[in-house]
Amino acid sequence: MPVSNGISQNRKRKLVRWASWIFIMLIFVLVIGFISLCIGSGGLYFKEIISGIFTKGTPEFSILFDIRLPRIILAFVVGGALSLAGVILQGIFRNPLVEPYTLGISGGAALGVTLNIVFGIASIFGTMSMPISGFLGAIVVIIFLYSLSINRRILKMHELLLCGVMISFVCSSILMLLMAISKTENLHGIIFWMMGSLEQPNINLIWMTLFVSILGLIASYFFCFDLNALLLGEEEATHLGINVEKTKRALFIIASVLTGVSVSVVGIIGFVGLLVPHFVRMFVGNDYRILNISAFIVGGGFLIFCDTLARIVIVPLELPVGVITGILGGILFIYAILKKRLIFG
Amino acid sequence: MLEIKNIFCGYPEGFTLKNVSFKLEKKEFLGIVGPNGSGKTTLLKTITRLLKPKKGEVIIDGVNIEKMKFKEIAKKIAVVPQIFNMEFDINVEEFIFLGRIPLKSTFQFLENKNDEEVVKNAMELTETVKLKERLVNSLSGGEIQRVAIARALVQEPQLLLLDEPTSHLDIGHQIRILDLLRKLNKENLLTIVAIFHDLNLASEYCNRLLLMKEGKTYCIGKPEEVLTYQALEEVYDTPVIVQKSIVSGKPYILVVPHPEEYKQSI
Repeated sequence: MPVSNGISQNRKRKLVRWASWIFIMLIFVLVIGFISLCIGSGGLYFKEIISGIFTKGTPEFSILFDIRLPRIILAFVVGGALSLAGVILQGIFRNPLVEPYTLGISGGAALGVTLNIVFGIASIFGTMSMPISGFLGAIVVIIFLYSLSINRRILKMHELLLCGVMISFVCSSILMLLMAISKTENLHGIIFWMMGSLEQPNINLIWMTLFVSILGLIASYFFCFDLNALLLGEEEATHLGINVEKTKRALFIIASVLTGVSVSVVGIIGFVGLLVPHFVRMFVGNDYRILNISAFIVGGGFLIFCDTLARIVIVPLELPVGVITGILGGILFIYAILKKRLIFG
Repeated sequence: MLEIKNIFCGYPEGFTLKNVSFKLEKKEFLGIVGPNGSGKTTLLKTITRLLKPKKGEVIIDGVNIEKMKFKEIAKKIAVVPQIFNMEFDINVEEFIFLGRIPLKSTFQFLENKNDEEVVKNAMELTETVKLKERLVNSLSGGEIQRVAIARALVQEPQLLLLDEPTSHLDIGHQIRILDLLRKLNKENLLTIVAIFHDLNLASEYCNRLLLMKEGKTYCIGKPEEVLTYQALEEVYDTPVIVQKSIVSGKPYILVVPHPEEYKQSI
């Protein structure tokens, strides 16, 4: 049957194309990861790295494996989680400008974590209560946005984005209020969460973040066809047999967990979920079967890159990584609005 | 195959459908006509369970749709909507493959040979093969209708619902789309329900018409029975003249401009 052979080649071609994209992206992450491992304020270079790997107990070994490598892993999983949360939210709201930061979800999570610090909850229930309070903060914002969009029937896209930006403002104002009234020993922690930093000494939190983001990635794959159907709009997705309300609820929870956990470990890092999907969509297309994993890998690589930049730009000092993603992301956001004026038209 | 029983349905502000009932047999081509706001689209949305009726039942093959999962409904009914609003770009082939979503098995991740066969047939039938690589957002009105019909066909439905399939199209494309629908109806034995604004097209292609007025069934029957000048004048509140088409002998509606303006123009 020559005809059906021809057709199945079509499918093979798709698989090969997807596999090669994943391969290319993994290479990209490995290269960036390796570069990031080599450079830093300590002034380590390639040769020393090689010798450092094989000699345990040296200071080089300890810098590499106790400080830089955990930081790179954390950057990878947080970048992946945020950018995956971004593509998921964009799928639900059918808008490329939506992401955890622009919707105020990151702000909510940061507020949750800060309340935890101020009221000393972590000292009672342990550090693991931090990600949980971050998740709770995120979910409160999401429920708020969700009920807005339901009660008003159709909350227009730009109204939703404006609400998100305002939620961010309100959250950061409350953060400042808490800073003004809190004890000095808490101040450092709060500023840390507001600016975002990948310096995280607690290795358990890093493992937990890794675990949760991978779990989120796997969970997102149970909904990749639903997200594809949602490309056509909610009514059309229903016509394709998707229970839209149920799916949206599940996806909101996935996005909140990913955002909440990321924010509670590294603070607010904005625009990763906007920048990365924007470029990934250009290369791999809008099929969520490839989009989810691509956004995750590229998002991880991107945050490693930004963090490396943040470490070396003003050596020996360190920039908050959110500064870099904020500048890049803000510019792209404005550019995307100008290009797609119809969204706000 | 489809039975609508005493449906009351609408939006929170008030009812738009008031006690609508009708039966649809297999292989019918039913046209829904009526003025703007008479509840035509609401009726379609009720059939696909987008809107939950306040009272009454929608029954497909003897089963109330409220007892069916969305996925089961999607295997029986496919919908061609009036407009598409795509925020993200996908190409025509990917778009048509989306129609296979309700038929995929739980752990199926890639399209199988059967899916590809069905999609290929649908594209050939709707003459969309050469559009395959184009982006959906770049298509013209006539092309997007054919692509949307192809996507509905790959769902392998028993019932096809269309919301004004010919609006915004020139007469050439209108006829192409409706000839295609007639072919699907006659040769592929697909039951079709379509909303029409153009009464002459509805009269020409449908074997039954449902005329709606203010959310109620005004009358239902063969085009000759429904499209009478008394009925149309009352429902549309405008004078018309009904003649027979010299092509098919079906009713043909001529509009009559308002008398005063008509006089002025002479």
